[in-house]
Amino acid sequence: MPFDIDARVIENRRLSSDYNVLSLEAPDIAGATEPGQFVMVKPDRGIDPLLRRPFSVFEILRDGGRPVGLSILSKRVGVTTGQIFGAQAGQRVQCLGPLGRAFTLPGPATEVWMVAGGVGLAPFWTVAEALAGRGVTLTLFYGGRGDADLLYLDYFERLGVTLAVCTEDGSRGERGRVTIPLERALAARQAGTDVLVHACGPDPMLAAVARLAARYGCRCEVSVERVMGCGLGGCYSCVVPVKAANGGFHHVRSCISGPIFDAATLVWD
Amino acid sequence: MDLSVRLGPLTLKNPLIAASGCFGYGLEYGEVVDLSSLGGVCVKGLFLSEREGHPPPRIVETPGGMLNAIGLQGIGVHRFIAERLPELRERGATVLVNICGVTLDEYVEVARVLSDAEGVAAIELNISCPNIKEGGIQFGCSLSGTYDVVSAVKKVTHLPVIPKLTPNVTSPSAFARAAEDAGADAISLVNTFLAMAIDVETRRPRLSNIMGGLSGPAIRPIAVRMVYECRCEVKIPIIGMGGIMDARDALEFIIAGADAVQVGTANFVDPFVWGKILDGISDYMTRHGIARIADLVGTTDTSPAHSHA
Ligand SMILES: Cc1cc2nc3c(=O)[nH]c(=O)nc-3n(C[C@H](O)[C@H](O)[C@H](O)COP(=O)(O)OP(=O)(O)OC[C@H]3O[C@@H](n4cnc5c(N)ncnc54)[C@H](O)[C@@H]3O)c2cc1C
Ligand SMILES: Cc1cc2nc3c(=O)[nH]c(=O)nc-3n(C[C@H](O)[C@H](O)[C@H](O)COP(=O)(O)O)c2cc1C
Repeated sequence: MPFDIDARVIENRRLSSDYNVLSLEAPDIAGATEPGQFVMVKPDRGIDPLLRRPFSVFEILRDGGRPVGLSILSKRVGVTTGQIFGAQAGQRVQCLGPLGRAFTLPGPATEVWMVAGGVGLAPFWTVAEALAGRGVTLTLFYGGRGDADLLYLDYFERLGVTLAVCTEDGSRGERGRVTIPLERALAARQAGTDVLVHACGPDPMLAAVARLAARYGCRCEVSVERVMGCGLGGCYSCVVPVKAANGGFHHVRSCISGPIFDAATLVWD
Repeated sequence: MDLSVRLGPLTLKNPLIAASGCFGYGLEYGEVVDLSSLGGVCVKGLFLSEREGHPPPRIVETPGGMLNAIGLQGIGVHRFIAERLPELRERGATVLVNICGVTLDEYVEVARVLSDAEGVAAIELNISCPNIKEGGIQFGCSLSGTYDVVSAVKKVTHLPVIPKLTPNVTSPSAFARAAEDAGADAISLVNTFLAMAIDVETRRPRLSNIMGGLSGPAIRPIAVRMVYECRCEVKIPIIGMGGIMDARDALEFIIAGADAVQVGTANFVDPFVWGKILDGISDYMTRHGIARIADLVGTTDTSPAHSHA
C-alpha cells in the first residue's frame, strides 16, 4: 500500500553542480521501502510541470533505529530535477511510495555484485545496507564519466563492500566502462561461487551487463528507467518489451512489474 | 445530501467516474482507492483481442497537460472478463467498459461478448481515440459513422451504450445529436485533442507515434465549452471530462451540463484525488444549499449580468 506524504525537506545536500541528495520526512514510506523500490515526487504543486517524477529511494534515514525519512539522489537534467536541486529545508515535497518491485536479496551463500552507472548508484545504498547486515559478500562495480560522477564511495567502503571503480576520462580508478572490470571478475570467478548481479544505469550499460551475465551464466537483475506517468500502472507509458513464449514480446509496465526485472526475461535489442 | 446521478437506465451513487485509460483496469488502484466509493470505473479501451500498443516514448508533458500515444495496449475483452471482471465485481465497482473496434463488426462483437458477462454496468463506445489510424476514430469523425456504430451496438446489447465523442471536429454537438438519434443512452466527451510536440534540438517528434492526444488542465476550457454546446443540443445525459483536477473543476462541468464527470490525468498526479473531489462537491452543496447534485446539472446562468451601479 503506497503512502502519499506532503513531506518536509529535512536537508538538501548539494554534492556538485549537478548532483544533490534531498532528505524527506516520510516515516511511513521509509518504514515500508524495500531495496530497489522508488517514489514519485513532485516538489511544486503547480501544473507546469504537471506530473510527478520517479526516483529510487536512496537512503533510509533512521532515528534510534526507527525509520523517519528517506533521501533521493538526484542528477539535474530538467525542470523537476532542477527544482529538487534548488529545494530548501522546510519546504514541502509530494512523495508517493514505496512503489514497484525490489531487488532479490539472497542469503550469505550468494555473492551480490552491484553494477552502477552514474546516478544508477541510487538503489544500491539500501541493497548494501540490507545485505551487509546479513553477511553477504558484496562488490560494487561503479562507473561514471569522471571523478565528479562517483559518489558515496566511503559509505560503501565502511560497509565492507569491495569496490571496482572506473571513469571514462580516467580521472579516477580504471579508465573505461564499468563492464571491463565486471567481465574480468566474471571470467576469474571460481567454479561454485554463486553470484547474483544487480545493475542500474543507462540502457546501453544494462544491455551490456545483461549480455555478460548471460554469457557467464550468472543471474542478473536490472533496474530499468522509462518515462513514467503515474507509477501505479494507470497510464501504460513506461512499458518494456518482455520475451513472449511465441518468440515475440509483450509490453509490460515497468512501474508495477519492475522497475527491477530478471535481465533474461527482457528483449534487449 | 443526494449525490446519485442517473445516466438513462443506469444509476450511479455519485457523479465521479475514473476515465478510461487513466486507471488501468481499476484493480491497479484497489489498494489506494475503495473502488466501490466511486460512481464508476471506466476501464482501459478493449478490442476483441490483445494489443501491444505503440513503442515508447508514449507520453510527453506540455504546459498544463500531457500528450499520450499509448496505442490502446490491452488484454482484449475475453481476458478482461476472465481475469479482471470477477475481482472488480467483488470489490463492488460499477464497471463501465470502454470498447474499441477496427471495424463495425468488431464493436458489435465486443459489445455482444460483454453483454453476456456478469458485472458490466455500461458500454462506453470509444469512437474517438486519436492515436491509432483504425481504432474507431473513422466512425467518430463522421456523422453517419457515429450513427451507424451506435445503432448497430444498441441492437445487440441490453447494456446502456455511451458513445465517447472526439473534440477533433468542428462541432461536437452535431455528433451528440447523431448519437442521440441513433439511440445512445448517454454520451461522454471529450476524448483527447490531437496534438504534437517536437524536440527542437534533435528535430524529432517527442512521441514515437509522432502525434498524440492532449489531456489535462490545458484542455479544460475547450472541453467545458463543448459540454455546454452538447447540453444545448441533446436531452440524453452527458458525462463530461477534460482536465478536471479538483472539485471546482468537476462542478464547472456539471453546471455546464454534465450529469456525471470523468477524471483522467489528475489521477496520475494524485491517486488520492477521488476522496478530495467528492468531499469538495459535498462541501459546495452544503454551502449552496443544494440537496441533490442532479439539481445542479446544466444550471449555467446566462441571463444578463446584474449591474452593480
Ligand atoms: C524507476 C526510476 C527511478 C529513477 N531514479 C532516479 C534517481 O534515483 N536519481 C535520478 O537522478 N534520476 C532517477 N530517475 C530518472 C528521473 O526520473 C528523471 O531524470 C526525471 O524524471 C527527469 O525529470 P525533469 O523534470 O528534471 O526532466 P524533464 O524536464 O522532464 O526532461 C528534461 C530532459 O531530461 C531527460 N529525461 C527526462 N526524463 C527522463 C527519464 N525518465 N529518463 C531519461 N532521461 C530523461 C530528457 O532528455 C528530457 O528531455 C529514475 C527514473 C525511473 C523510471
Ligand atoms: C494515458 C491516457 C490513456 C487514455 N486511454 C484512453 C482509452 O483507452 N480510451 C478512451 O476512451 N480514452 C482514453 N483516454 C482519454 C481519457 O479517458 C480522457 O478522455 C482524456 O484524458 C481527458 O480527460 P483528462 O484531462 O481528465 O485526462 C486516455 C487518456 C490518457 C491521458
